[in-house]
Amino acid sequence: MSLFWLVVIVLAISLAGYIVGRARAFSSAAGEISQLHSLPSYYGANVAMKAAVPAFLVLIVWLLAQPFYINSTVSSTIPDTAIQEGSSLGLVMAEVRRAATGLDNAVAAGQMSEEFARNARADFTDITTRLKEAGQIVTSDITQPVMRAAQSYRIMVATGNLYMSIVVVLIAVAGALWGLKETNKDFRARNTVEKGIRVILFSAALIAILTTVGIVLSLVFNTIEFFRLYPATEFFFGLTWSPSFSGRGGSSELGIIPLLWGTFYISIVALVVAVPIGLFAAVYLSEYASSRVRSVAKPLLEILAGIPTIVYGLFALLTVGPLLLSVFGDNGLGIMQAGTAVMTAGLVMGIMLIPFVSSLSDDIINAVPQAMRDGSYGLGATKSETVKQVILPAALPGIVGAILLAASRAIGETMIVVLGAGAAARLSLNPFEAMTTVTAKIVSQLTGDADFASPVALVAFALGMTLFVVTLGLNIVALYIVRKYREQYD
Amino acid sequence: MTDATLPPATSEPSSAKPAQPKSLYAIDELTRKRNAAEKRFQAYGIGAIGIGLFFLVVLAIAIISEGIPAFTKTIVEVEFTLTQEQYDEAEGQLFKTKAYEQIFIGALQGQLEEKGLDVPFDASTIERIVGKPGGDIRSFFKADESQLGQPVSFELAASSRVDGYINGRVTRENMTDSRFLQKTDLDLVDILVEASIIRSVFNWSFITGADSGVDNPGGAGIGASVIGSFFMMLVVLFLSLPIGVAASIYLEEFAPQNKFTDLIEVNISNLAAVPSIVFGILGLAVFIQFMHLPQSAPLVGGLVLTLMTLPTIIISTRASLKAVPPSIRDAALGVGASKMQAIFHHVLPLAMPGILTGTIIGLAQALGETAPLLLIGMVGFVARGYPDGFVSGFLDPNSAMPAQIYTWAARADYAFYEKAWGGIIVLLIFLLTMNILAIILRRRFERRW
Repeated sequence: MSLFWLVVIVLAISLAGYIVGRARAFSSAAGEISQLHSLPSYYGANVAMKAAVPAFLVLIVWLLAQPFYINSTVSSTIPDTAIQEGSSLGLVMAEVRRAATGLDNAVAAGQMSEEFARNARADFTDITTRLKEAGQIVTSDITQPVMRAAQSYRIMVATGNLYMSIVVVLIAVAGALWGLKETNKDFRARNTVEKGIRVILFSAALIAILTTVGIVLSLVFNTIEFFRLYPATEFFFGLTWSPSFSGRGGSSELGIIPLLWGTFYISIVALVVAVPIGLFAAVYLSEYASSRVRSVAKPLLEILAGIPTIVYGLFALLTVGPLLLSVFGDNGLGIMQAGTAVMTAGLVMGIMLIPFVSSLSDDIINAVPQAMRDGSYGLGATKSETVKQVILPAALPGIVGAILLAASRAIGETMIVVLGAGAAARLSLNPFEAMTTVTAKIVSQLTGDADFASPVALVAFALGMTLFVVTLGLNIVALYIVRKYREQYD
Repeated sequence: MTDATLPPATSEPSSAKPAQPKSLYAIDELTRKRNAAEKRFQAYGIGAIGIGLFFLVVLAIAIISEGIPAFTKTIVEVEFTLTQEQYDEAEGQLFKTKAYEQIFIGALQGQLEEKGLDVPFDASTIERIVGKPGGDIRSFFKADESQLGQPVSFELAASSRVDGYINGRVTRENMTDSRFLQKTDLDLVDILVEASIIRSVFNWSFITGADSGVDNPGGAGIGASVIGSFFMMLVVLFLSLPIGVAASIYLEEFAPQNKFTDLIEVNISNLAAVPSIVFGILGLAVFIQFMHLPQSAPLVGGLVLTLMTLPTIIISTRASLKAVPPSIRDAALGVGASKMQAIFHHVLPLAMPGILTGTIIGLAQALGETAPLLLIGMVGFVARGYPDGFVSGFLDPNSAMPAQIYTWAARADYAFYEKAWGGIIVLLIFLLTMNILAIILRRRFERRW
């Protein structure tokens, strides 16, 4: 029974529970609605809730736990001799899973009998070729231990799914019966349902926390795994980045310093472009522009913020890069080798950040009380003097916060640097040279069929951890500054 | 009194000329300076906005001018009649497609002569312009022999270099002779264009088709990845809207003022600023590594984007719940509704337009997001075809629009760049539609209390 039908059945049980519960409440009050404690629909909802919620909870927990349990059981049956030189348990398990799905599909397509799929021995039959003929992707010859493991994997998954369906349906029915048993005219159905809804609302709010926990756990565990294979000091202080994918990354040098340098260099170029333009635009829009100009210019500028980053990436790669190359390249000043460079990515990222800086600063400038402006005008200051000597100093903490938020955006930006900054990790001062960033390397280390056990793939998690910590730190400081500043004038 | 009696001239010996009576109408040096500074400052502001808008215009021009050619393709249209004898003869030969090619070339020559244009050309030139036409022609007649003896018009796709020449990407100046195209071939192309045998038509297969291999930029289409994006957006919509609204209602209406609520709120505002690639790492580690969900599946992409959009939706939903005045709640409570009833029957419907606007904007953001999709494997040659059904739409490997654009941009053949720009136009049309929808919703239903 597929998951889809299981969900449909549980929903059907809870719908039936709703109808029966409602009818039962009516009959317990002998048809007089005024005799009921709650509206009849609440009695129905109570039954439906008790049928569906626990059943779905169990379903989710089961779905999470089952692969975990099966994996560990099956992998313990694989003998060490089945793990070839240069391979790992994880890779063999992946092979086992592939073989199991291959068998499943072959049986489903009728190319193999269930009997054969359960009992075939890889050392006597040509199971690999048969699977390949059936259109399954099997990477290598299936050995007997793998075949055995795949067969027991299949059986465990099948029985697990069967048990899961039975348990979930039973829980749904039991819940519905429990709800029905409670139903009588004096039962406080509304209060029960509302309490239940409150719990559901609360768990929805918890998802935010769970996401953070998920991020932190997935980063931390893999980072620890990485540091077990590669010394942390060399990662944090190493000056060269040259991953070698051959030989399971044994000879790689994975120092983060060149990546951090590229990241900060590009971010600084971006901020040098975005901050003055954004700030002047914000000052003009909030202090000088008529409301008509403002209502046109502000949304137009904000379009820049709504454009997906892939568009900026392509713009950097195909428009800005060649343009810069024609000016600074070999035909021009001769200091630029290729279109992808720090300057290319930084410029384009700066354009992307203009509306970010300008709308944040605009809000902050507007929050400066009018009395301060009036006071300054009253003393005879011009508008620009008021801006420079009264408004900007008053808004400074907020603007600093906005710039920090923009910096955190720039550091975490991926697509522009992947396409526009180049791939070579370099420690150089020339902004027209290609450099690479933390985010670009996360992408390049994790795309493709990476083996998660090797340091060259795991390093991406350590990079992600660094990125997460840096941006989180910037965000917390920025939000703190902005919030603290806002309280001053409220 | 003594101060007043002092002669003023002695106190300032340097200012020899007597102080002129100053008129407020005469502008002195300092005022002029200050006014100039004022003007300058204002000009900086206008300049800043001008630069911002200039970038916007440049971006728009780049997208449109580079992307439009993706929507046209160049075809070679030749009409000819294949008789039964020709067919039998060609089928009897050893190199069958070669024989058909000869027939094709003959027909082309005939058509040119008909128009009074007589140019010699050889088979290899034709092969560089339309590839090898023989196979297509043979399979056409093989499939339907009743077409024999009737005039049939063939529309064959021109090679990507010829396409580039027609679109202006390849010119006589910037091209080098290669086995793909030679400068002399362009003379024939010019003549064929003049005879309107080569012409541009609207490229439907770009909009409806799936990704093609690395060696066939002409056949690449964005259709399959649009479907991938669509299924992803379904997941995002059906998860993030209910969860986001539920979380916002809890935080806005029920949450007690305590440390834990603070923790949730700080968490949400921080999640909104976490780089999107980190969500990709989360998706890879949790959904693929840990839960073994299928790689490159729109379901996984949708889950990752849901987690990414939730903070946006929660923030905007809370704002619109906050905008419903307390008097509505009080009135509902006053006539005996429970708190839950007051919220679900009165506050939520009133806040709904705002919530929907926020959701659409969140979805638009998710639709354009690329980085997390790269990590869960929606990149490379993934969008090979359409999913077979509804369930496989969620589970079969597919790409998404931005990931498809990235795939094209990362390929070496520059003919794919044109496709990437074209893909961006399609993506931006979707985003524009969604944003306009959000604006209309806001205008139509927004209430000022």
